[in-house]
Amino acid sequence: MKVLMFGWEFPPHISGGLGTACYGLVKGMAHHKQDLIFVVPRLWGDEDPLAEFVNASDVEIDYRERRFRDIWKNLTYLEVSSFLIPYLSPEEYHNHTERLLRDQDELESSVLANKFSFSGKYGKDLILEVSRYALVAAQIAKNKKFDLIHAHDWLSFPAGIAAKKMSGKPLIAHVHATEFDRSGQTVNQRVYDIERAGMEAADKIIAVSQLTKNTIVTKYGIAEEKVVVVHNAVLDTSIIRSREQKKVPEKIVTFLGRITFQKGPEYFVEAAYKVIRKDDNVRFVMAGSGDLLNRMIQRVAELRIGTKFHFTGFLKGDDVDKMFALSDVYVMPSVSEPFGISPLEAVRHNTPVIISKQSGVAEVLQNAVKVDFWDIDAMADAIFALLHYNGISKMFKEMGREELKRLKWEHVAKKVIDIYTQTVNQ
Amino acid sequence: MRTICFYFQVHQPFRLKPYRFFEIGDDHDYWDDYSNRNIMNKVAKKCYLPMNQLLLELIHKFQGKFKVCFSLSGCILDQMEAYAPEVLRSFQELVDTGHVELLNETYSHSLCALKSESEFKHMVQLHQEKIKHHFKGYEPKVFRNTELIYSDSIGEMVAGMGFDGILSEGAKHILGWKSPNFVYVNAHEPKLKVLLKNFRLSDDIAFRFGEKTWSDYPLTTDKFIGWLNQVPQEDEVINLFMDYETFGEHQWKETGIFEFMRHLPEAVLNRTNFGFSTPSEVIANASPVGKINVPIPISWADEERDLTAWLGNDLQDEAFDRLFELEASVKRSSNPEIQRDWLYLQTSDHFYYMCTKFFSDGDIHAYFSPYESPYEAFINYMNVLSDFILRLKQDEKERIAS
Repeated sequence: MKVLMFGWEFPPHISGGLGTACYGLVKGMAHHKQDLIFVVPRLWGDEDPLAEFVNASDVEIDYRERRFRDIWKNLTYLEVSSFLIPYLSPEEYHNHTERLLRDQDELESSVLANKFSFSGKYGKDLILEVSRYALVAAQIAKNKKFDLIHAHDWLSFPAGIAAKKMSGKPLIAHVHATEFDRSGQTVNQRVYDIERAGMEAADKIIAVSQLTKNTIVTKYGIAEEKVVVVHNAVLDTSIIRSREQKKVPEKIVTFLGRITFQKGPEYFVEAAYKVIRKDDNVRFVMAGSGDLLNRMIQRVAELRIGTKFHFTGFLKGDDVDKMFALSDVYVMPSVSEPFGISPLEAVRHNTPVIISKQSGVAEVLQNAVKVDFWDIDAMADAIFALLHYNGISKMFKEMGREELKRLKWEHVAKKVIDIYTQTVNQ
Repeated sequence: MRTICFYFQVHQPFRLKPYRFFEIGDDHDYWDDYSNRNIMNKVAKKCYLPMNQLLLELIHKFQGKFKVCFSLSGCILDQMEAYAPEVLRSFQELVDTGHVELLNETYSHSLCALKSESEFKHMVQLHQEKIKHHFKGYEPKVFRNTELIYSDSIGEMVAGMGFDGILSEGAKHILGWKSPNFVYVNAHEPKLKVLLKNFRLSDDIAFRFGEKTWSDYPLTTDKFIGWLNQVPQEDEVINLFMDYETFGEHQWKETGIFEFMRHLPEAVLNRTNFGFSTPSEVIANASPVGKINVPIPISWADEERDLTAWLGNDLQDEAFDRLFELEASVKRSSNPEIQRDWLYLQTSDHFYYMCTKFFSDGDIHAYFSPYESPYEAFINYMNVLSDFILRLKQDEKERIAS
């Protein structure tokens, strides 16, 4: 059995978590010798050669194929129909549609060229690239032989749909995050439409957590039986022993991630306040940046905990490891997290973790304190306990380590391959 | 005789270097030597040296008829010693003429008068010693508080330290119908004379001089003389108080600010009935017209002339309160580096960078700030302060152990 897989990015050139997950999955597939064609918008040449890679930027489209026109027509329909901006005055609306029509022409002429160079980023022409990617997918589907299509997240769903149309082979849509996780209640309708179209066109859907499955069922109206939960894993389950020395005498409690509504930073601040009032021997660190950063700084000042609560700004590479290594407790209070890999990174650094019940990772990590993101009393309680009661933190450290060893991508890949077999045989 | 009193504030803060969370507990060197040195050298070249030279020429030319007054913060004197000794020499040369008065202030341009009387007195004492040391035993008689911050009770403390007078802002909301062009006395302690800034004429030079959209642009010596002659004949003194960096730094040389100042004294002496005096002379010669009531502190900053440029928002209050909690434990320490950092951390500029009044005066704040936002300023300051607190604790431990 041969699988045609569509991703959006692949390490080392990644800007989101999707690339890491795809890498893990492909690596796991390689372990089971699963035959795989992996397509990305752009290849850089330094990717780990784990599959037959196809660089979408290299694919030339032969427009003599009539079905390409149909696919394109569907894609343009998707864009124009979902272009909804409320509260425009008639004049603004006129200007807007004028510009839109003009842009549409330009877009058509560049997207419909024989070759197209993808940026593979998440830039302003994202939708354009997503559409072009679908055309390329159709061409690849025509050229290659395979038995099944697997597409990761909305960016590659149109590609998956197009490939299915061309080949008639079954499609598996893999959902790592939905628009509701990324944007809260203010979803981008265009993105939602693409997601839903992908889910509807798919023969089977893989969700990274039960939490995500629930979203797919309730918000996208997909039948429950169609969705299978396959949790993510960790690339490297080994324990990291850092030689990093802590320079402050106090214990350190850390939040690390984007400082946005979805990550629940304000609950961390409020819980910190409760702990600091009881315990002088602790510092809180909020690492990362995002649109709520200034509001968090303001709140910390208001609560008068500025000498005990620190901000690092955006951390990269070594500094992330350093931060994990220095932490005594790691907290992930996400309001909505389809999976959330960072608590597992914390476990690798021997740091006990507190995670919100509203995160997918809570479904796989048993040795962690789980609280509702909004329950700041429970969060403060848990922080205090992990800081002071060595028994519990020691237990979490040891058992978390053991648990981590079971979270391997080859196990995930095995489950996915089983789903392939079932789907092809249906 | 009616008189003009020029007072120039000379100050630069010791700016903090970008100090990250990871450095807390490890790196105790907070100061951005590179940028402090660069800024000092830049301002020296654009302002301090050429303007001192010009003032020296004018003082020599008018043989005692033209005089000015300076307040040099302890921070700037430290920076001159470290980075620009030629600037210090040129100030010494000016003071040597005998026609330049020096004021006393808090050593590190601090806001301590609002928080701690003991720290305030300590800071004033330190500054006095610094001035004595650098200017042949010079003893200032008149006081100027940071940013001209003044209230009845601050005045009382200043009087208690033996000063004859203090400088402040002629803020509309405290003067009402009264004019700033007279000498007033402190509401509690009539011994202390209060000189108030004529903010219209001062700011015409300090803020509006090079402002092309100003209806009176360009400001010529003729125009300024015209305005001086319109001042009611009974008014006695016009206090022109401003930052010294006005000359060549805030108002660039290209605006003609140096030429304006070069010609002003001669025009004033020949074409008006004003002369020039230093604050001490004003206080000695003019008789006070009454008390000035200032129950709530005023300053010379922004439209409101209040304290909101430095204190009042949560970022500022948190930083300021946490800092002053440390006073007692700093006083117990004999570590000279702790003592030095305690002074520099008090400098008002750190709190100014945390100001969030973006809409009216925010652009002035942004111009002076090394940070991209008040939030960044707060984070950096609090990281440093956290390390400082750890050092104090360590120091205390060592003291108890020995």
